[in-house]
Amino acid sequence: MKQYDAIVIGGGHNGLVTAAYLARAGKSVLVLERRPRVGGAAVTEEIFPGFKFTMFSYVVSLLRPEIIRDLDLPRHGLHILPLESTVTPMENGDYFAAWSDHDETRRELYRHSPRDAEAYDEYGRLMHFMAQAVKPILSMVPPDPTSFAPGDLAGLLKLGKHFRGLGGERLHALVKLMTMSSADFLDEWFETDVLKATKSASGIIGTFLGPRSPGTAYVLLHHYMGELDGVFRAWGFAKGGTGSVSESIAAAARGFGAEIRCNAGVSKVAVRNGRATGVVLENGDEITARTVVSSLDPRRTFLELLESDALPPEFVQDIKRFKFRGSSGKVNLALDSLPSFTCMPGIGRQHRGAISISPSLEYVERAYDDAKYGEFSRRPYMDIVFPSMIDPGMAPPGKHVMSIFVQYAPYKLNGGWTDAKREAFGDAVVNTVESFAPGFKAKILHRQVITPLDIEKITGLSEGNIFAGELALHQLFFLRPVAGWAKFATPVHGFYQCGAGTHPGGGIMGASGRLAAMRILKDGK
Amino acid sequence: MSLRTTPFHPRTGPLSEGQAWRRWAGYVVASSYELSHDREYHAIRNSAALFDVSPLYKYLITGPDAARLLDHVVTRNVGKAKIGQVLYTPWCDNEGKQIDDGTISILGEQTFRMTSADPTLRWLHLNASGLDVKIEDVSETTAALSLQGPSSRAILQIAAERDLSALKYFRLTSARIRGIPVTISRTGYTGDLGYEVWVDAAQAVPLWDALIESGTPYGITPAGMLALDVARIEAGLLLIEVDYFSSRHALIESQKSSPLELGLGWTVATDKQRYNGQAALDAERKRGPAWQFTGLTVDWDSLEQLYADVGLPPRLPSQAWRTSVPVYDRGGHKQLGYATSGGWSPLLKRYMALAHLGSEHASGTEVRMEITVEHHRKQAMAHVTPLPFFNPERKRA
Repeated sequence: MKQYDAIVIGGGHNGLVTAAYLARAGKSVLVLERRPRVGGAAVTEEIFPGFKFTMFSYVVSLLRPEIIRDLDLPRHGLHILPLESTVTPMENGDYFAAWSDHDETRRELYRHSPRDAEAYDEYGRLMHFMAQAVKPILSMVPPDPTSFAPGDLAGLLKLGKHFRGLGGERLHALVKLMTMSSADFLDEWFETDVLKATKSASGIIGTFLGPRSPGTAYVLLHHYMGELDGVFRAWGFAKGGTGSVSESIAAAARGFGAEIRCNAGVSKVAVRNGRATGVVLENGDEITARTVVSSLDPRRTFLELLESDALPPEFVQDIKRFKFRGSSGKVNLALDSLPSFTCMPGIGRQHRGAISISPSLEYVERAYDDAKYGEFSRRPYMDIVFPSMIDPGMAPPGKHVMSIFVQYAPYKLNGGWTDAKREAFGDAVVNTVESFAPGFKAKILHRQVITPLDIEKITGLSEGNIFAGELALHQLFFLRPVAGWAKFATPVHGFYQCGAGTHPGGGIMGASGRLAAMRILKDGK
Repeated sequence: MSLRTTPFHPRTGPLSEGQAWRRWAGYVVASSYELSHDREYHAIRNSAALFDVSPLYKYLITGPDAARLLDHVVTRNVGKAKIGQVLYTPWCDNEGKQIDDGTISILGEQTFRMTSADPTLRWLHLNASGLDVKIEDVSETTAALSLQGPSSRAILQIAAERDLSALKYFRLTSARIRGIPVTISRTGYTGDLGYEVWVDAAQAVPLWDALIESGTPYGITPAGMLALDVARIEAGLLLIEVDYFSSRHALIESQKSSPLELGLGWTVATDKQRYNGQAALDAERKRGPAWQFTGLTVDWDSLEQLYADVGLPPRLPSQAWRTSVPVYDRGGHKQLGYATSGGWSPLLKRYMALAHLGSEHASGTEVRMEITVEHHRKQAMAHVTPLPFFNPERKRA
């Protein structure tokens, strides 16, 4: 039987990126995906005839430009389309809009606060520098601060120099960003509540935290990291939905000679004498490989794929403490026609960008309050896009699809998730949208409601956490997933991790998958 | 406005958000309708973009000797072409230097429509002496729209209420759109699936309305010249006065180019009698052209390093540029040629340029292109890339 150089468990985007890079380096690679299609949480599925849903993830956030180039993803079908504006309807019937044109946005903000309109530019400049400071970390294997190994010391030295080079003012701002709540950080800059609410909302996505929770300010940077890429644009809506991102990486991997097998769930990693030797499939088949790589989240990677005696007990303890706490759900709708929002009636360019349901800081914080006590938000924070307005191919001509990212929907719901609870959650979502867009509910042709429990069941992401583990400060960089094991290797020889549960994690970045492949190739030399 | 507006202006005028207009053959057309051309560009590759291309010069050439005249003027073989075909072709002076390029639509056995970038009436008349042919300037009476992109066929089929799947690449057909007689040709300047619709100028506005209405469910997007400029570079298509000079405008010999030097060797017929420039082109073909027209892809790491050296993230041009930029050998010392157009491809995620390289040097695959970084002239590595950069199957399918 064929022995592979590497088996990658899980055909999500990170697993596919690892496979593509390994295959590109001449390795024989097999990807094993449990579901009938690749993509993991980046899939497009025709749930209702003619309507394509970006099931879970819906925008390409920070897909690394080097991956796009190295794998020549455009040649394999990747086309990232602009998604530039954000309109926030307010409860008083007004709105706040950020457009792609700088002057337009400044004038819009001036309407709310002339002072903020000026502060906005200064803030943008600072965040630009902050993003520039943090960005190299995304492409860096995290050095271990407690280690004296030459590689770690060199990494730490580089990092130290990098931050010293920032200068006092910017270093202070960076420390604030790393420690403050997004609401507090934004309070230092702005007075317009709806602006702060909308900006802070980006800091809570995928976490079990509210805008007033410390540590949420850091995520504000992510948006600006996307802007650093400027015209390169690694941020936007992928034509065909996020599934086409996965498909393009899969096509690139195949092009380099990787094999991808779907409907092939892995039940165990085979370990002999402390070394991974292959995998056992759910159907009992065994496949051998010199290296086994898991793109699953840390819990599944270490607690399900391995026998418990394969790992040191302290390590197992640390993994058990790794927090998931899924907090978001998704509602996907097929629409007969587009909704008209009270604040901006009619059909227009607002439908080609994001609609943020974050009318005030209090609104978002109250949405969190519900979740803190085990309920889904009665009036949730939502990030809405109409994929068919960006790529008309997502729905039959003249019809539309609507993607609603919803927070909060706690994985651990009081009394647990049931079919009735799922529908009640779906009702809360559409009723809230209806309050900003009367007549909207009558346009719904089909409704798909996805709870964190559904995310876990379908994609395998533990507790339905969309980032394969919460993006909280204590779980980032050299602490992701656990201290001492942030460099993609594991205590089991020949067994690696490459999913978003490793540094830097989160979003459709592919950075974890790429860094893992680099590490594996380096170790193999 | 003292410059002329096209017959579509009643519709295109109010769409202009930033009053960004560009001059084209004495007319004004939109540079972009929205404040940025970004979305208009993506429509070309994602849904369908609608361009007003009315300023093109158009001539109706009829009569028993019409084919003979055209065959004498242009380099392609018109006599061999069939009714319903469209030919892209350059035409040359007697020294085989290119005057212009355009299309010839074969509307009937003795009926042809020629488009050109520069006025061509006098040149046609000069070549028609003794021939039984009528040459009519229909530039002002014929309006034209170009509908380009993957959804263009679906939209036109609805508008024209007929199946267009049999209409092949560079073929034309007559049709009616809402009762308006039009000619639909499967042509364009984007290298994508696309069509051009030719109509009597008096019917321009109702045609625009019909296409917008049919196209709205498919994401039809009016688009301007900035978007087109990016797409035509991706498609590797030449632009007169940018990528080459008309031999009639050149002031010195070295400003002139032959079709063979411009990568248009395939348009120079070897199977027809006497045409302008034939002897010179035959000789040039034998000895090999002095220049090659090719694509360049600027190396990302090299570009990034140039900017990192001054503490900046890489800057990419947000619009296509059209200036002459020196290209050097890989050592950076000897100039091999020059790039004439370039820009960032939002689709391919590549910094591309169109360049002329001396034939004796064009064999190398790595060159250096001049880039100005923070007021200083630098050189970035670039890879010689065959044209076109982008060539989707749907273009011909």
